[in-house]
Amino acid sequence: MSWGGWSGFWAMGGYGFYVWGAYGVTLAALAIEVWLLRRRAREAQA
Amino acid sequence: MNATIRWFWFASPQTFFPLAGTIARACGWLAVPLAAAGLYVGFFVAPTDAQQGEAYRIIFIHVPAAWMSMFLYVVMAFWAAVGLAFNTRLSAMLASAIAPTGALLTFLALWTGSLWGRPTWGAYWVWDARLTSELILLFLYLGFMALQASIEDPRRADRAGALLAIVGVVNVPVIYYSVQWWNTLHQGASVSLTRAPSMAAAMLAGMLLMALAFWMYGLWASLTRLRCIIRERERA
Repeated sequence: MSWGGWSGFWAMGGYGFYVWGAYGVTLAALAIEVWLLRRRAREAQA
Repeated sequence: MNATIRWFWFASPQTFFPLAGTIARACGWLAVPLAAAGLYVGFFVAPTDAQQGEAYRIIFIHVPAAWMSMFLYVVMAFWAAVGLAFNTRLSAMLASAIAPTGALLTFLALWTGSLWGRPTWGAYWVWDARLTSELILLFLYLGFMALQASIEDPRRADRAGALLAIVGVVNVPVIYYSVQWWNTLHQGASVSLTRAPSMAAAMLAGMLLMALAFWMYGLWASLTRLRCIIRERERA
């Protein structure tokens, strides 16, 4: 799979909004859960 | 130790606590390379879809999130039922530990599906059997969490939550078979045990790698939350 550079990669053949909207929210949601869980684990340990 | 495994030994929260930590750490570290490999295959090896163009690449997170949302619900209901039947504290704690991660993955399945539906079907949301039953799954998770949070006594909260979780499990086969039972907009199963997958090998490989990564993530999150619940409850 060749994207012809980064601009081609981010454009996702015109579907950039949908693809990155899906991946971005997934990444953010999982990162928030990881952060909350690690904080809770620290507090439970104290 | 004799030949029979003493399962009940692990039913004590204190003895399971260190084991849960070891499994969680291993799964957490495995999730990272699996996700990296899955994303690499998904974005740089898998070809463009002939019908959907690049929009189909949402599949690499949509299908794993949807699988895990259903799988985690069944596991949650199973441990809730075990807790109800045998009155084992650890089983009920495990059910409570799974619910928030299950709810999050259900939300992500709906969110990514919505962003996939818009370019392929022309709508972010339709009241289709598959989508509606997945939305009900989200409400079941949220209902379970809200019910448990609203009851002061943790043992009573466990029992009430368990009943809700067990009743709600009928929704899981409804989600899974909805694409066969009803005439829906949602496409059929991408992978099945009885026939060859309806997609290119690289697409399938990327999806399975991401599914494994989500599986490891789900185990990490559930077991880490379980350890928090054990510590919080045993201290009280």
